[in-house]
Amino acid sequence: MNAARWLRWESMLAAVLIVEFVFFASTSPYFLDVWTLSDASFNFTERAIVALPLALLIIAGEIDISVAAIMALASVAMGLAAAHGVDTPALVAIGMGTGLVAGAINGALVTIGRVPSIVATIGTMTLFRGGAYAVLGDRVLKEYPASFAVFGQGYAFGPISLELLTFGLLAIAFALVLHYTRWGRAIFAIGANPIASRCSGIAVDRYKFVLFSITGLFSGLAAVMLTSRLGSTRPSIAQGWELEIISMVILGGVSVWGGKGTILGVVLAAIVLGLVNFGLGLLNIPGIVMSIIVGALLITVVAIPAIAERWPQARLRKTS
Amino acid sequence: MRRFVLLSIAAILSAAIAGCADKAPEPQGEQPIRIGLVAKSLGNGFFDAVHKGADEAAGALGAQVIFTGPTTPTAEGQIEVLNALIAQRVDAIAVSANDPDALVPTLKRAMQRGIEVISYDSAVAPEGRIAHLAPSSDELIGQTVAQLAAELAPNGAGKIAVVSATPTSTNQNAWLAELRKALPQYPGLSLVSVVYGDDVSDKSYRETVALVKQHPDLNVVISLSSVGLVAAAKAIEDQGLGGKVHVTGLGLPSELAGYVRNGIVPKFAIWNPIDLGYAATQIAVRLARGESAQQPVSMERLGTVTFDTSGIGAMGKPFIYDASNVAEFEKVF
Repeated sequence: MNAARWLRWESMLAAVLIVEFVFFASTSPYFLDVWTLSDASFNFTERAIVALPLALLIIAGEIDISVAAIMALASVAMGLAAAHGVDTPALVAIGMGTGLVAGAINGALVTIGRVPSIVATIGTMTLFRGGAYAVLGDRVLKEYPASFAVFGQGYAFGPISLELLTFGLLAIAFALVLHYTRWGRAIFAIGANPIASRCSGIAVDRYKFVLFSITGLFSGLAAVMLTSRLGSTRPSIAQGWELEIISMVILGGVSVWGGKGTILGVVLAAIVLGLVNFGLGLLNIPGIVMSIIVGALLITVVAIPAIAERWPQARLRKTS
Repeated sequence: MRRFVLLSIAAILSAAIAGCADKAPEPQGEQPIRIGLVAKSLGNGFFDAVHKGADEAAGALGAQVIFTGPTTPTAEGQIEVLNALIAQRVDAIAVSANDPDALVPTLKRAMQRGIEVISYDSAVAPEGRIAHLAPSSDELIGQTVAQLAAELAPNGAGKIAVVSATPTSTNQNAWLAELRKALPQYPGLSLVSVVYGDDVSDKSYRETVALVKQHPDLNVVISLSSVGLVAAAKAIEDQGLGGKVHVTGLGLPSELAGYVRNGIVPKFAIWNPIDLGYAATQIAVRLARGESAQQPVSMERLGTVTFDTSGIGAMGKPFIYDASNVAEFEKVF
């Protein structure tokens, strides 16, 4: 096994994760506590749940910038329904349904309307967020039934929150689909070369439409969890999260050009980002310094494998 | 190779867990009381001044202040910061909320774990805190700002407009409501527009420019946020409207001294954020020591505060700054 294999993205992330763990455990006496770590998991699970389908979409060569706006729209839909006395199971269905419809709109714009996905979803981002503001303005919706709190504040068993368990199960499901099924191979093929994929009989547009819809659906699920955790809806909910979610996917080693990436990488990236934020918070490091550290981390993890990839070639040229 | 990586991860993790299990933190008897003081966002002059006052009070009381906050003024960011404080098992938390409702579940959890929670400046809903320290009462602020606008409009009559922060900000909306209530006392004034600058300089600036273009006969621009007020004053200066349109509201002397001297902001109001940090810390420490918020709580040099049945207490009334005193305060905050 050669050095390049060693410097695979996932190994890099695992190394960063170990460094983080050891560093925080040795600098903060509060870090290594199951409940502390359980609390820390809330910092990333909702975003990570959206990062999973978004990774598939980016591998297929498309992108969705509107995920956070879909969350706001789904949250407003649930808030309005709750204000009219709708019960918890129906609220979850409304939240996820709103996400699914919003995702399908993105999918239709890209596959039927032939709008480039970055343009289409920047448009729908403004549209969905604007819709949330138009409905709510500066009001707040918080008439949620008590049983609704379980999704964002409940625990499955011991310190494992329902959010964390959901994320774990979804990560396994997404990894199986992407890496071990015909559908997964088709997604890689579409991202690597959409025209060749179409010529070899893959229904490229159908795949893309489904991926956009799934991304919307899971944005709706993330909205259920975040709304439940906050216990209230304002139109500014999840503001700015689209970039944090995309950062997770990119840090996870998914190529922005499509055709490359793993679910394991995205999961590791989500934990790395979540822990670094929480750990620096425990050390009371000001948020401004924190964002510099996170930025440096992103660049380092992205740059080192890229440099390592070129390193053997440079050496070869020298010796010849 | 891959198995080796996994094995080494497992080894290091178990070593780290085992190593730290022995020195797991036990709450020691004689530790100083630790107060988590949470700002709406960092890099904001107002909260730096609050921090200064908090350190003063903590020094006098033998407590320790952990000053923290998110980089952007969002509820989600504040929740991450609050989770970190809860994990550190601070004795009390004083928070200026970006959202009165969204913080409630997190703060309830803090209270369940024995942390005394108060809000200051911008309130948390009653379920999420023991007491709220308002810097002044909303009513006094609304009246003071309406009075400033009337003094600055020619002969007390003219058109006024407000540059607010975000449409979801608790205190901005409360002050705006009281301002509207106080305006009928000045029949010459008419409020023509409210725009939102989101507490961001360039957006507040653009909204102000749009405002004066839309209402060329505007007399007074009011901003109830320190960020918005500086941006509005700069916009009026750049548009060459100094002397024609006056700017006033709530702002910081250090940021506005120049505009007071060139007449764009002849006078403005603000409470003293140093006093606010001092008072919030005094109250948080006293509650952590077991005093009750149902009794009047001492703020030492600022007197005592009495919390009403909904747990709200006011520190005092806002102070008016003008050319006669701004030089003295601009060095302070």
